[in-house]
Amino acid sequence: MQRDHDIAVIGGGLVGAAIAWGLAREGRRVVVLDEGDTAKRASRGNFALVWVQSKGLGLADYVGWTIRSSDNWPRLAADLKEQTGLDVCFERPGGFALALSEAELASRKTIIERIHRQPGVAKFDVEILDRAAIARMQPGIGPEVVGGSYCPLDGHVNSLRLFRAFQIANARLGIDYRPGHAVRGIHYEAGAFRIVTAAGDVYAGKVMLAAGNANAQLAPMVGLDAPMRGDHRGQIVVTRRMPRFLRYPVVTVRQTDEGTVMIGDSYEEASDDAGLTLAISAVEADRARRMFPVLDNATVVRTWSCLRVMTRDGFPIYDQSAECPGAFVACCHSGVTLAANHAYDIAPMIARGALDAGRVAAFSARRFHVQKAA
Amino acid sequence: MYKRLPDAGGATVAITIDGEPFTARAGDSVAAALLLAGRAACSLSAVTGRPRAPYCLMGVCFECLVTVDGEGARQACLVSVRDGMRIETTTEPAP
Repeated sequence: MQRDHDIAVIGGGLVGAAIAWGLAREGRRVVVLDEGDTAKRASRGNFALVWVQSKGLGLADYVGWTIRSSDNWPRLAADLKEQTGLDVCFERPGGFALALSEAELASRKTIIERIHRQPGVAKFDVEILDRAAIARMQPGIGPEVVGGSYCPLDGHVNSLRLFRAFQIANARLGIDYRPGHAVRGIHYEAGAFRIVTAAGDVYAGKVMLAAGNANAQLAPMVGLDAPMRGDHRGQIVVTRRMPRFLRYPVVTVRQTDEGTVMIGDSYEEASDDAGLTLAISAVEADRARRMFPVLDNATVVRTWSCLRVMTRDGFPIYDQSAECPGAFVACCHSGVTLAANHAYDIAPMIARGALDAGRVAAFSARRFHVQKAA
Repeated sequence: MYKRLPDAGGATVAITIDGEPFTARAGDSVAAALLLAGRAACSLSAVTGRPRAPYCLMGVCFECLVTVDGEGARQACLVSVRDGMRIETTTEPAP
C-alpha cells in the first residue's frame, strides 16, 4: 500500500501538536490532519495551568504521570524557546487552592488526604495553610479567605503562545499540517491506514488519534475505545491588564504574563461551546473578588466558554489497538499540564511502535470494561 | 498629524482634555478627538508602564483607556463626545 507518511496524527490541538512534535524529533515523517479553526478547540479556551495538586483521586498512577510532566515542563519550555524564539512564559512558583469558608477548607483537606492515602501513589509536597501563612506568601487576599492548599509543583504558562510555538516548531520540523481535513473514516488495509478526510484520502503507516472529544467517534474505526463526555463546559472571565498582584497561580484565578487576570474553573453540563451562562460567570467573578479585593474595580474585557476534553471517568486514556496494529489513541483533559509527557514519553513510544506498559498501562480504556479486564 | 476631511461637517461639541478646552464635532469618538488634539498617548501599560495610544479603534485592543466624566478605564474608541464632556488621560505614572 501507498504510504505518504510514517504516521498521521488526527487532531491539531495541543495534544496532537505535542505528540507530532515529539514524533518529528524522532525522525518520523508526520502529517497532522486537523479540522481547522472551526473545531471545538480546547487548546484555545483552556485556563493554562500546569497543575499537580488536585489530580489523581481515584487513579493513583495519574498522580505520578502528572508530576513527571510538571518536572519535564522546564525542558519543554527551553526546547521550544530554542527552536522558535518564543517564550511560553512557563513559571512554577507553586500554586494555591483557596477556601472561602471552613467547610471549603475541610473539603479541600479531605481531598488531599484521600489522594495521598491511595496505595502506590507518588508522594509529593502539598500543605494546608492557614490564612496568616497564605497572607505572608500572597499579600492582598480578602477577609473571607480562611486558608487553602499550596503545592510547590504547580505552575502556569501562556497557553496560546504554547500552541503557537508548537505550530511554528512543527512547521520547521517539516510536519505536514493540513487544516480542513476533518476525518470521516479510517480503514486498516494491508498493514497501513487509509484515512478518509473532507479533502480526500491520506495514507499512513500508523495513526494517532488526538482529536479530543471526537476520539469517541474515531476510536471504534480502528478497534479502540474512547468513552468521552463532550458535555463538560467551563467558562472563563478575563479582565483588562492590571499591575502584577498575583505572585502565584490559584486554581480559579491566575494573572498572565501580560497582566490580564483569568478567572475560571466553572463546570456545567452543556455541549454548546459558543454559549455562556451569565449566572456562572457571575459566581466565578464574585468568588475571585472575594479572594482578591483588588478585583472589585477590575474591568472585564472578555468571557468565553469551552468544552473540556473529558473521558467518562476524567482520567487520561492512552491505548494501542490489538485489532489494527499501529493505531493509538490519546485522550486527556490536561493537554497543557501533560504536554511534556506527550512530547517526551508518548511520542517516542509511538515512534517505536508500542506503548510502554510500565508507564501507561493504567491508562488503558480497558478499565471501562470491568468484566473483560478481569 | 491627523486632519479632518475638508468636507466634514456636523455641529461643534465643546469638551475638555486634561482640563484644556477642545472643540470636537458631533459623532466624533473620544479617541478621534484625542488624536485630532495631537495626543500621542492616552494611557500607560499596566505591565510595562510604557505609554499607549488608540490603536485598533474598534473596541478590541484596550489601549485607549481614559477617564470620562470621572469614570475610569473607558474605551475612548467606543465613547462618543458630548457637550461638556471631561476627558482625562494618564501619561504619568501614579506617584
